[in-house]
Parts: sequence; structure tokens; C-alpha cells
Amino acid sequence: MTPRKTPPPALVVALVLACASLMTLDAGTGGGSAVEPARRMVGEVFGPIEAGTSAVVRPIAEIPDWFRGHDSMRDEIDDLEAENAGLREQVRTSGFDRNRLAEYDGLTAAANDLGYALVPARVIGLGASQSFSATVTIDAGSAAGLHPDMTVLNNDGLVGRILRVTRTTATVLLIVDADSTVGGRVGDTMDLGFLTGQGETGADGGLDLRLVDQSVVPDRDATIVTWGSENDAPYVAGVPIGRVTEVYSDLRDSSQRAEIEPFVDFAALDLVGVVVPSGSESDRAVIEADGSLER
Amino acid sequence: MTSMRALGATVALTAALVLQVSVFPHFAWHGVVPNVVLLVVVGAALVRGAQFAMVLGFIAGVLLDLAPPADHIAGRWALALLLVGYVAGRVAPDGRPTLPAVLATVAASSFLGTSVFALSGLVLRDPAVAIPDLLEVIAGAVVWDLLATPLVLPLVMGLFGRLEPERVATR
Repeated sequence: MTPRKTPPPALVVALVLACASLMTLDAGTGGGSAVEPARRMVGEVFGPIEAGTSAVVRPIAEIPDWFRGHDSMRDEIDDLEAENAGLREQVRTSGFDRNRLAEYDGLTAAANDLGYALVPARVIGLGASQSFSATVTIDAGSAAGLHPDMTVLNNDGLVGRILRVTRTTATVLLIVDADSTVGGRVGDTMDLGFLTGQGETGADGGLDLRLVDQSVVPDRDATIVTWGSENDAPYVAGVPIGRVTEVYSDLRDSSQRAEIEPFVDFAALDLVGVVVPSGSESDRAVIEADGSLER
Repeated sequence: MTSMRALGATVALTAALVLQVSVFPHFAWHGVVPNVVLLVVVGAALVRGAQFAMVLGFIAGVLLDLAPPADHIAGRWALALLLVGYVAGRVAPDGRPTLPAVLATVAASSFLGTSVFALSGLVLRDPAVAIPDLLEVIAGAVVWDLLATPLVLPLVMGLFGRLEPERVATR
């Protein structure tokens, strides 16, 4: 019997050093990381494989759904769900819209806010919780007209923003990631604040809201919408994010922290839309702001 | 033969990575999925010993660090799986491993791998996660990996065993 091969210490040291230098390279100076080209290369290879596997697996994962109803029933359910989501969004943003009108936001801002189109995409890969970051891969990339720092949403609300793209895929940072910060405002009172993810993708993942004016206590069930960034990157304004479920007051420094339950169900994320400027070039049909499809 | 081995290892790693990223999330518990890539490294360690498993663990880790949708600092899974390969290779019994031995190795490796990854995150502040959440994920990962063992390890061990006939001959 051959003895178990014990690895030579030199190899152990070399590999550990390789890991350390990788981390240093990636974590090093801010801005573009030196590992980014490698990430993109691996992404170009694995993107299509993930997309193909997803296409095969999706029908199998949906088998339980088939038992619930006939095709026609499924269509009906889809229609009702879409209608419901539309109505819910109207209700959620009504306070925000009213305030915007009251503040005489003006036609320019409205045109700016509504003049975007959506590139539809499906989720083809989810990061495991073991990696402690909430990211997903979607099956649209630079060929579909996407680039980093674009807003991703679905018909329930804000999903996240694009971190990096390959030709056919893009990596999305979900708003529940612990590294994600979104500028939000309370729809009813227009108070500004920042939302930070709690780092859990499961059904109980949420966000923390800290208002800029620390004396304001947000109402329970108040809707939080995005505040919007300059040039609509990374987040466009007025997308519903979630509702306030719990408010904690810190007596020591008299600040408030509110817990937000996101409208989006991150455990069952599938069809999403990426906000692109109206009239963008894309490899697929783009949903324009007025609901028409542009090819 | 070396090229065959490299090919076999590449196919196993690719399949494991895609399973983990695109298939198992449909059955995830709180976002925790079976770490199939880690199971491949453990399987290699049981059949081929520490040196091979360590190198394979490093390569597998780098892939896991770079393939979408990964966004953590690259090198963290590489370090974790490198240690998993090393330790699993050292503790693996000589000869044909028994079922309890395999399960124990998987549980220990899963705990070690996820913990090392989590600890490196704490050190690098990437992202800062609370300790109770870490423990919950680590426990979930061990359970999932044990559940996936009967499905994955026989395949992996069969593959790596077949790619090394000289060792089979010495049995």
C-alpha cells in the first residue's frame, strides 16, 4: 500500500501565498480591481452554460405549478397577477405621486423619470448564502444594451443594480446585500434616508432604513420608494422598495432605525427588467415606457 | 493520462459549479445550497490524497471566486477550498473509505470550508455579517452537504478513481 501523499510544504506555502495575493489584488486600491478582466473572462465562459442549464431546469422546477391548474388557468392567473401588481404599485406610489405633483416637480422631471425603457431578463444563477453576498446572474449582457450601474426591478419593486456585464450575462447586486446602500424616501412624507441590506436572501431578508432627519419617526406600513441618483445611475427615482415593518428608537443618540420588508420576493426571483434609456439598441424586444414593444 | 485527468477534473468542476449556481437555488433553504464544488474537492481528497486535492481545491476556489454571480473578494473560496483539500486528504483513511468515514469527512470539510470563508470575510470586512447569521449558514451548509453526499460523492470518487489506474491496481 502506498503511503498517503503528503503535499510538499513548498506547494502549500505557494498556494496559500497565491490566495493571499489574489485577495490583495482584488481588495486593493478603490476603483477598478485588477481581477476584473479575469472575472469577465470566466463570466463569458460560464454565462452561456448557466443560461443553458437554467433553461433546462426551469420547466422541471416549475412542475409543482403544473398540478395547480390548466394552461388557461395559468394564463388567467398571470394576467390577474400582472393587474394586481400594477394596482398595488399605483397604491404604493400614490402618496409619492401626490407629493411630487404638490411640489410641482414639473414636466422635465416627469419626462426624465418616465422616459425609460425596460430590457426583460431572467435570473439564471443565484449566489449561495455560503458566500454571504446577495448577487444573481441574469441572462442579458452588453449585447442587450446593459452596462454597470443600471437599475434592475421587477413588477413588485426594486431588485438591485448591475455590478458588471459580460456579452450575454450581467451580475446584479440585490438591495438586500450587506454591501448595498440605496437612497430612499418615505412616500407619504418625502423624508429622505438610506437603506442598507441585512445580507439575507431568504424569505426573511430585509433592509434597514436610517432617515437623514433623525427626529422623524416613519409610520408603520409606510411605503419607501427610491430617491433617484444623478443621471439615473445606479437608481432611477420613484421605484417602490418596501414597507416599514418595525421602528426602533435609540434613546442614547435619539436616532431612529426602521426595518423595511422589501416588496420583491428575493427567494423566488425570476423575471426582471433592467432600466435603459428609451430607444436603446438591444438584442431583444425592449418594453417602452408606454407599454409598447420595440424590436 | 495527465490530459485525461485534467479534462476529467475540469468537467467535474464545471458541472459542480453550474449545479450549485443554476440548479440548486430552486431548492435552497434560506439561500443555502449544497456546496457541490466542495464535495468534488472532498471526493478527490478521499481517492487521491492531499496533494492532488489541495491543487484541485485551489483551482475550484478560484473558479467559485470569479464565475458570476460571485462578487466577494477573489481568493477567499480559493483559500477555504485549498485548506479543505489539504485537511480532507490528510484525515482520509488509507484504502477504501467506509460510509461513516466519508460522511464524517464531508461534515468536517463543509464546516471547515464555510467557516474559513466566513472568517476571511470578517477579517477583510467583506461584508461584515453578524456571528449568529454566520453560524446559521454554516450549520445549514453542513446539513445540505451531508444530504447531497450520497448523490455526488460516489460519482466523483468513481471518476477520480478511474482516472488513476495505478492506484486501483495497488489495492
